[in-house]
Amino acid sequence: MSSIIPAPIAGLPWRVLLILFALVSIGTAVLYSAAGGSFQPWAGQHMIRFLILSAAVIVMSRMPLEFWKTITFPLYGVLIILLIGVEIVGFAGGGSQRWINLGFISIQPSEIMKPAIVLAAAWLFDRLPPIKINSFDAIWPIAALLALPCILVIIQPDFDAALAYIFYVLVVGFLAGLPIIYFWAGGALLAVLAPIVYFFGLRPYQQDRVLIFLNPENDPLGAGYHITQSKIAIGSGGIFGKGFGNGTQSHLDYLPEGHTDFIFATMAEEWGLVGGLVILFLYYLLMRWGWRVASECRSRYGKLVAGGLTMTIFFYIMINLMMVVGLAPVAGLPLPFISHGGSSMLTMMICIGIIMSIERHPGSRRGQFG
Amino acid sequence: MSESLLGRLTGDRAPTSGQLELSFSRRTALIGGVQALIGTVVAARMGYIAVFENERYKLLSESNRINLTLIPPRRGWFIDRFGKPIATNRADFRVDIIPDRLVDKEATVKTLANLLSLNQDDIDRITRDIREVQGFQPVEVASGLDYESFARVSVRLPDLPGVSPRQGFSRYYPSGAAVGHLLGYVGIVSAEEYKEHKDPLLITPGFKVGKDALEKAFELQLRGKPGAKRTEVTARGKIVRELSTRTDTPGKPVQLTIDIDLHNYAARRMGIESGSVVVIDCLTGDILAMVSMPCFDPNSFSEGIGRMEWKMLSEDDRVPLRNKTLQGLYPPGSTLKPMAGLALLRQGIDPEETVSCGGGYRLGNRVFKCLGRHGPMDMRSAIMKSCNTYFYAMANRVGFDAIAPVARELGLGQRFPLPFPSQSYGTVPDSAWKMKKYDDEWTRSDSLNAVIGQGYMIASPFQLAVMAARIASGRKLEPEIVLKKRAVGGALPYPAEHLQVVHDGMDMVVNGAGTAVASRLPLEDVKMAGKTGTAQVKAIKGGFRGKGGVRKFRDHGLFVCYAPTVNPRYAASVVIEHGMGGARAAAPVAKDVLTFLYDREKAMAALEELEAGWGGTIQERMDRQYAAFLAAQGATP
Repeated sequence: MSSIIPAPIAGLPWRVLLILFALVSIGTAVLYSAAGGSFQPWAGQHMIRFLILSAAVIVMSRMPLEFWKTITFPLYGVLIILLIGVEIVGFAGGGSQRWINLGFISIQPSEIMKPAIVLAAAWLFDRLPPIKINSFDAIWPIAALLALPCILVIIQPDFDAALAYIFYVLVVGFLAGLPIIYFWAGGALLAVLAPIVYFFGLRPYQQDRVLIFLNPENDPLGAGYHITQSKIAIGSGGIFGKGFGNGTQSHLDYLPEGHTDFIFATMAEEWGLVGGLVILFLYYLLMRWGWRVASECRSRYGKLVAGGLTMTIFFYIMINLMMVVGLAPVAGLPLPFISHGGSSMLTMMICIGIIMSIERHPGSRRGQFG
Repeated sequence: MSESLLGRLTGDRAPTSGQLELSFSRRTALIGGVQALIGTVVAARMGYIAVFENERYKLLSESNRINLTLIPPRRGWFIDRFGKPIATNRADFRVDIIPDRLVDKEATVKTLANLLSLNQDDIDRITRDIREVQGFQPVEVASGLDYESFARVSVRLPDLPGVSPRQGFSRYYPSGAAVGHLLGYVGIVSAEEYKEHKDPLLITPGFKVGKDALEKAFELQLRGKPGAKRTEVTARGKIVRELSTRTDTPGKPVQLTIDIDLHNYAARRMGIESGSVVVIDCLTGDILAMVSMPCFDPNSFSEGIGRMEWKMLSEDDRVPLRNKTLQGLYPPGSTLKPMAGLALLRQGIDPEETVSCGGGYRLGNRVFKCLGRHGPMDMRSAIMKSCNTYFYAMANRVGFDAIAPVARELGLGQRFPLPFPSQSYGTVPDSAWKMKKYDDEWTRSDSLNAVIGQGYMIASPFQLAVMAARIASGRKLEPEIVLKKRAVGGALPYPAEHLQVVHDGMDMVVNGAGTAVASRLPLEDVKMAGKTGTAQVKAIKGGFRGKGGVRKFRDHGLFVCYAPTVNPRYAASVVIEHGMGGARAAAPVAKDVLTFLYDREKAMAALEELEAGWGGTIQERMDRQYAAFLAAQGATP
């Protein structure tokens, strides 16, 4: 085989590309149906975006691991400046703003910060001598690193992004070997703080989201409408679904955001439980790939980045699926590779590209403190 | 310091790079396990929703998708005794407003007014209805539209939220005003009615319930079962396609005893007068005609009446809103004399005994006047000439307590089990009644007043017709409005020879030298017998005789009759309000109505001649009256 196919092509990470292609194809088909049997306005764009970003990802996979290490802090710094920038522009424009329009593309700095903060955390833990992992020196730099973007996105206000950053840094810290007692203590503290935050920290609309999540039927036409309609779509699909193009919940507009956040419900209505299980299986393959790259990488930095980015993708999948089946409150996170939307696809593909690069460059066994 | 403290807390072991790598593997496995757990939970949850709760969510998804609209059932017809339609349904295009769904009320009404060229009166009514009805109830904007108007509204629907154009049926009364009081009318359900039943059909646009008279009484039978239309709709309510339609089950028809041709003729024959005509079948007691005129047009009532039209009707001094047949009460006047004759005969008065009439009867120091100086009168001639003196004398002899039971036997003061919501009883006075009501003794002058149908004595035109039918047949006929097989009432306790005396007297009224000789039937083989009556509205004083002057003080004209004179078949009563006398106003109407039963052409010829003088048919006159009223209101708003 390798004799027929040129080496550069045979050397591409086909396995993961095929997994992604399968997911994007499912997304394209669902978007095609959701648009009433048309590639406009979503399905065609979705596939084209993926193909373009795939090329970019292959380029990224050629970068050596050291490249990512080098750009980690410049990237982090630039994103902090951009986050401050959107605040200023937003302030000048008289409202909340999350985008910077560069003319040919809109960039959402808080979104790109997600892989960037994983890189930065991995960089810090890589720099930390193993002997200090239990010490205070392991905590304060990472706390400072996390605090800055968190404060900036909370001002926007974008709590979801802040929670995501905290989650990613915790995952990287956990993988880096931070004492397990921190996580127990943190969990206990959260249990105490959560009610306090709920009553004093959240704005009314955020409190509503939580309440409605706990009992969507209380507000069937208001904010609970999303969850209720999503469950109706999934539940009415049954095991094999209503058939391609026959989903009434999405086609008759009962299901809101049926092409973005609730695309899983759109899919499940037409393809049923079977379609859902296929998607879950593809995600399982993707996760398995990510963890395999992490465990096979010989550099500590690479391990932490691969694990952290795999969890970044997982965080999206988890929050979205749990929301759609009614196990988590409504949060505006799309389903990776399936939902329509350029910004999240860009973030996901950056994650994929860096993990591919790590796969290609497992590095020397000896890290900085090997 | 901090290092050692943390170190102690965390197990006091400074890990090596290798240990960290080992911990990375362990922790990776742990995270993988958590991921697998979450994946399993999501899959299980999805399986639960999609498999175990599948039925429930399928139902919810269908109820999202499918919109069920009720199709109001066609209302059962009213048909007459020969099967001719009295109330039917007309297919029409209509436009309603659902106030709850209106966004900009004024703009919407204004747009509709332009599209449908509504006048100010309509707009006032619509605005008032929108304000007054419960928000979920439809308000009729217009019905009976032509297709073009309907289409004009339909194409603009996206800009007119809350407007509902639909094709349906509306109630149609071919006879118009003639049957208004008989049948009532239909209209949208009131808030109270809806609260009581909570049936969604009641607030379906285009659905109407009976609001008065027979339409109300037979509501449940007439209503029928609604049809339904299933449509697929989007979340915003846009109809994607029609799925299926179940047609409605029309309500059952109600067959009345009415002869609608006779009824319509009687209504037209009333002309410009105000009053009533009742015709009863002497063989069965069936009501053949029951007319109260003038009347509102139930067609325009059923569409939702305009404010100006309502104002005109309620201000009219001929009270078109009251059913005079059943609810109007009049002193029966001399129409009571045949009844009084029967009562006197029962008391053993010899019908051949004469009383000399010198123009009045002296009771104590008061003279009770007669309308003429009749000379010697026996019972037959006293009925023929309507001689008060004879009846004064006889009533004074037997007392009215002996006469009142006969009046009641013949139907006066009685309430009949008819399906009309309101009937007036009237009064047949006697000493017990007066004692109870006024705590006063009955006097001889009370008897004298009562026997000529004045004083406390009052009766409805319907009761007078029943009285005429019972006298004519000698049977206790029970009046009935719904056609059905039933037992005919038994014989009344009057010997045939008593009845014969009274019949003779009534025959002579018309065919002898009586008060109504001008109203002989223009037929060779059928003769009518009757009795005129004139009811005073105001006490006779000085020169005032109730024969002229201000209309509201003029006497009422009454006439009871039956035909033929031998083996009577039809009995009737005619009351003309302020008609200035039974012979003058009421008997000619009775003559034409009874003629109609035997010779339609002759009767119609007589009517057409009269209508030319009155200015057209009922509808033409009503339209003109309304136009004149509007003009007058415009001049002096």
